[in-house]
Amino acid sequence: MSHVSLRAVTRVYPARSGQAEVHALDPIDLELARGEFFAVVGPSGCGKSTLLDVMAGLSAPSSGEVVFENQLVKGVPPGIGVVFQEDASFPWLTVHDNIAFGLRQAGTAEGEVAAQVRYAIEFMGLKEFARAYPAQLSGGMRQRVCIARTLVLKPRLILLDEPFGALDQQTRLLMGDELLRLWRETGATILLITHALDEATMLADRVGVMSARPGRFLDVIPTGWPRERDSTIVSSESFGRLTSRIWTRLRGESIRALGRA
Amino acid sequence: MSASSIRILLVAGLVALLEILCRTGVIPNFTVIPPSAMAQSLWNILASGKFTPDIVATLTNVAIAIAAAMLAGVALGTALQGWPAARRVLDPLFATYYAVPMYAFYPLLIVIFGLGDLPQVAIGFLLAVMAVIINTLNGLDRVPPVLLKAARVHRLGPLAAALRVRLPCAAPYVFTGFKLAVAYSFIGVIGAEFITSSRGIGYEISFAYNNFDNGVMYAMILFILLLVITVNMSLHAWEKRLLARRRRA
Repeated sequence: MSHVSLRAVTRVYPARSGQAEVHALDPIDLELARGEFFAVVGPSGCGKSTLLDVMAGLSAPSSGEVVFENQLVKGVPPGIGVVFQEDASFPWLTVHDNIAFGLRQAGTAEGEVAAQVRYAIEFMGLKEFARAYPAQLSGGMRQRVCIARTLVLKPRLILLDEPFGALDQQTRLLMGDELLRLWRETGATILLITHALDEATMLADRVGVMSARPGRFLDVIPTGWPRERDSTIVSSESFGRLTSRIWTRLRGESIRALGRA
Repeated sequence: MSASSIRILLVAGLVALLEILCRTGVIPNFTVIPPSAMAQSLWNILASGKFTPDIVATLTNVAIAIAAAMLAGVALGTALQGWPAARRVLDPLFATYYAVPMYAFYPLLIVIFGLGDLPQVAIGFLLAVMAVIINTLNGLDRVPPVLLKAARVHRLGPLAAALRVRLPCAAPYVFTGFKLAVAYSFIGVIGAEFITSSRGIGYEISFAYNNFDNGVMYAMILFILLLVITVNMSLHAWEKRLLARRRRA
């Protein structure tokens, strides 16, 4: 049985003054198995972030339904963690308190909070910055704070919206490795939205290629990687073949999206 | 020379000038007494403890006005920010609020609250609360949408989201409201004490004025000046410390 299902989900933004209504998502069907790593690529403005909002229960679908662990999603259900594209760190809290935020909200005992936060801080390489405020960190480090804040809650479904967009290429590869390690350790289901084709190919079990707006899946491509994998697969022969297959599928859509912009 | 040392020199120069003008008789002593005499008189008054009950009464009323304005202002501002329809109705009224001379309502406030401390507190509160409401709204309007999403992902209800995300994020703006509330509460309370009251710093200044007691009058004026300057400088320093951690290093 699937962990998350989207059944004929659409999302229409109603017309506003001077603007016609926008169909962000065409009917989308998607089934994610428990523990699967699914990546979504698509031209900019194709409704990737809308898809994430609807899956997280942050916005309701205009029609169709989202089911998470056999429950219809209405509002954000427990067990879902989201890492946003924009910096969502809390500027009034230290790195430590940012990461502890959700645990404290859940009423976790303070000793347990301290232990978990310390582990997450080390895992994310933020050890020297535990007492720093986000304003004193680089964009990439702030994003790591947000990732840590999500992960300490041990979500069973993790939704990531271009989380590594602010990072340089080397750091991205290493963060990708960390994400894979974490995915294996926790057994969480992951949906990763990215504009980097190589990132999608390297990390995911399946890559969904979205069309220009209104977004729908043109193709879902299984990568066939073993569960034990890391960034060294980027140099393998099948990596190049997969990436170029995804790009072939995406190229026309990207041109369409550009031409319209 | 730095701006702050020029400022100190400027103030010291003006005080020295006033001292000379008073001592040489250019300004007669029944109009203004020399600053040194004000300080001497203030020292004697504070040492004698004669006006301590008045000072305590004023400070207590100011503190109550500030606390009430902060509580009501932050609560109303937060409620209104989440209720755009009501806000659209009230916004034009907010804009004209400070055009209303609040002291005109003093007789009404006495009818409602009697002759005790409450009318003074009410004037201070009325002057202060709007500054808190407006600055709270302003701060909450600027909370980045992604932080509101983060609050929802953490499954915070509306109240928890306000207390744990929206208001902390808006804190620098709320603090501006707080600074204004402090200033307006002093203005409101001490001003009201001038009109009808039987105690307080404002009352004592007015009483001394009516009895040609320049020694007491100027001493108490000096006291208010020093008090307000000290309070404002402390708030400013506190604000700077709070803001430092939120700015890029």
